[in-house]
Amino acid sequence: MSSVERKFTLQVPSSTENLALIREFVTSVGAQAGLDESGVAQLELAVDEACANVIEHAYGHDTTKEVMVRAVFDDESLRISVIDEGRGFDPNKVQQETVEQLVHERKSGGLGIRLIKTLMDEVSYEIVPGQKNELHMTKRIKK
Amino acid sequence: MPNPFAIQTSEKDGLSIITLEGFVDAHTAPQFENAIQSEIEAGRNRVIVNCEKLNYISSAGLGVFMSFIEEVREIGGDIKICGLTPKVKHTFEILGFQDIFEMLDDQPTAVQRFNAS
Repeated sequence: MSSVERKFTLQVPSSTENLALIREFVTSVGAQAGLDESGVAQLELAVDEACANVIEHAYGHDTTKEVMVRAVFDDESLRISVIDEGRGFDPNKVQQETVEQLVHERKSGGLGIRLIKTLMDEVSYEIVPGQKNELHMTKRIKK
Repeated sequence: MPNPFAIQTSEKDGLSIITLEGFVDAHTAPQFENAIQSEIEAGRNRVIVNCEKLNYISSAGLGVFMSFIEEVREIGGDIKICGLTPKVKHTFEILGFQDIFEMLDDQPTAVQRFNAS
């Protein structure tokens, strides 16, 4: 028997100032979905990384744009989508450098996508640049 | 609301102590970056980052550590990290930072490590 789905949505102006608000939203939804403390912390970080990427790269810090975070959960999983209308890019095409390489090159970026893939159980993308980009992330709920 | 971000820089026994509080994310990381940059520019390249009151860090904050460490070591200094809470330490460890940075339990231990080296 399938359980009832619950849906939550947050839409905020595209500013890094709002990352704290986004984290509060997802930690609250994660706890309500039944994730344990570690699962909530992983969700918080993954969604923060995804939204920071949108704010900085997809929208280039244009605060007139908006970032949408949609959460849907049932008894088995919590699915989070981060949706934007900015410059989309396929994270699968980004070369993943090791932390040692990044340190050597004195880079400060390049860690976000790696973290998202490590922290979430499933990650997928739907990209239509300039129209709509969706990053879907799933966290399974352990019973 | 989580604890707000705060950063303090002090000097002790020739070491720079940067104390982070609250959260370091893409919004607050530039202030952390400026603090480290200021220390290096002032010739203070032996830096301890005290994270006892830090309750969250994202890759933007980790990136600050990553971007300065080679430069600091090249000029004979180091950045040592101390006082990580288990949650924050986990974030560092996911990316293997324990292989690159020395992470100590508390500030006195970090000071001792600098004095011993």
